[in-house]
Amino acid sequence: MNKQLTIAMPKGRIFTEAVELLRNAGFELPPEFDDSRKLIIDVDEEDFRFILAKPMDVATYVEHGVADLGIAGKDVLLEEERDVYELLDLKISSCYLAVAGLPGTKINDVAPKIATKYPNIAAAYFREQGEQVEIIKLNGSIELAPMIGLADRIVDIVSTGRTLKENGLVEYETIAGVTSRLIVNPVSYRIKDERISELIKRLNEVIY
Amino acid sequence: MSRLFMFEKPLGMRDTLPELHDAKESVRSSIEMEMKRWGFQFIETPALEYYETVGMASAIQDQQLFKLLDQQGHTLVLRPDMTAPIARIAASKLYKEQIPLRLAYSANVYRAQQREGGRPAEFEQIGVECIGDDSVSADGEMIALAISSLKKAGLEPFQLSVGHVGFVNELFLQILGNEERARELTKFLYEKNYVGYREHVHSLPLSSIDSQRLLAFLDLRGGPEVIGKALELVENGKGRDALDELKILWEIIEDFGESSRIKFDLTIVSHMSYYTGILFEVYAGMIGFAIGNGGRYDKLLEKFGKTTGATGFAIRLDRLLESLGDLEPPEPVTCILFSPERRKEAYQMAAEKRENHERIVLQDIRAVRNLDACSDAFANVVFLVGKEGTQ
Repeated sequence: MNKQLTIAMPKGRIFTEAVELLRNAGFELPPEFDDSRKLIIDVDEEDFRFILAKPMDVATYVEHGVADLGIAGKDVLLEEERDVYELLDLKISSCYLAVAGLPGTKINDVAPKIATKYPNIAAAYFREQGEQVEIIKLNGSIELAPMIGLADRIVDIVSTGRTLKENGLVEYETIAGVTSRLIVNPVSYRIKDERISELIKRLNEVIY
Repeated sequence: MSRLFMFEKPLGMRDTLPELHDAKESVRSSIEMEMKRWGFQFIETPALEYYETVGMASAIQDQQLFKLLDQQGHTLVLRPDMTAPIARIAASKLYKEQIPLRLAYSANVYRAQQREGGRPAEFEQIGVECIGDDSVSADGEMIALAISSLKKAGLEPFQLSVGHVGFVNELFLQILGNEERARELTKFLYEKNYVGYREHVHSLPLSSIDSQRLLAFLDLRGGPEVIGKALELVENGKGRDALDELKILWEIIEDFGESSRIKFDLTIVSHMSYYTGILFEVYAGMIGFAIGNGGRYDKLLEKFGKTTGATGFAIRLDRLLESLGDLEPPEPVTCILFSPERRKEAYQMAAEKRENHERIVLQDIRAVRNLDACSDAFANVVFLVGKEGTQ
């Protein structure tokens, strides 16, 4: 049985921290890792294959089993609800999901609108609050929405709060804390259990 | 909704074209044959059932059911699995003599898909149910038959993980004190959210020994040594009973000579409330989804008015085919192209070859517009054209 492990890594914000964590755990990752435009990087010494994916897609690759493991933000897991094991909190790329808007405003009673990259999370959150709102899905620059009157509130991740501040927005509520998680495909978790347990053990020693 | 294209099908529905149809048939028949050799009898049930009976009893979530109304206004469902219909029959008709029943099926089941439209909403399951047998031997038989069937289908490699819901329930109940708290924690297992599970355990007002027991539970995976580790976590009788069952099960599978195929994983909770004892999932190396699962469901028959134990399993034929990889080439077909004057000769030749189990197409040559394409489509072409005696 092929015991090579394929790991889906999120490009962008989380990537650097994730690579650092793996190196701390003693994994020999080649220098090309740091500025590579390659989408697939094989590390033969460790018998690993890394695939570099959009953060939002990591859980999808893992659910379908083309990646055995992945590193994904809790925001992605909440939004996508993929059938994968969430095994470890890697405690990196810490931030949180929040509701924000222009200061001193209320959610419009007539046509309440929420703009977000996370339509499922936003819908679930406002449903729990008993608020009937219209969710508007945007793909980036969410802060723009309240500024130009597209929405009363936004749901987005906040790490330092600087982007909000610079755009004159304030936080209203916190929805959930977000850190990166190690996720595993259910079949890989059983079939490649020894290698995965070993990986978890090594990672566990360097978290906290 | 935009106007439908004339070739469109409802979301999640698929056509099975000839090559796949052949492959499905051959895999299905090898598994069916094996199940028959184990003495299981095949049955069919209707595709439509009442929502109030089979729909409610099924393990499939409500929002995944296809519902419709009959002319009297009853809500109907397209059967979402075969276990509930079989329980219905067993309880009402077959299980009279109190002799264990061994039933089998291969049938399409229907589950509405919520995401990514292309996922199949109708797919074929092949499975068995053993009703009226409370013994661990029956659980072992299910596992051994699943292994044997998959071997007959030519699947390699594959592996089964075996758990015990009774153990999980007992351990959680012992430590947490009541059903509600136990269910809350089980939900994390069901959702495969171990991070949430650990956070939840830490947030509970438990002694450090008890939290440690709950955390150590997540590591109960592996060979027969897992049972020993699990024994250290339970205190009273009931959790031990479950572990005794697993110990016997291991011996049974060893006696079947298949213990290298199974591993224990006591964290498996395939469903929130359906299974009651030993349960298992089947994994093949090639695809990222379980290709089958099964287990003991002693409470289901109660819903149909009979109290007796039952166990079974189902294999998803579509996923099995996917993990088998490339389809076998279809059996060769010979085409006899004939002209009217040699029609009778062609028919006789075809009849003889068909007697020999060859696949023969009879084609009037006048209806063929592109002779080259027609020749390419068949393994062999025989021309019976023009005067008799020429080829």
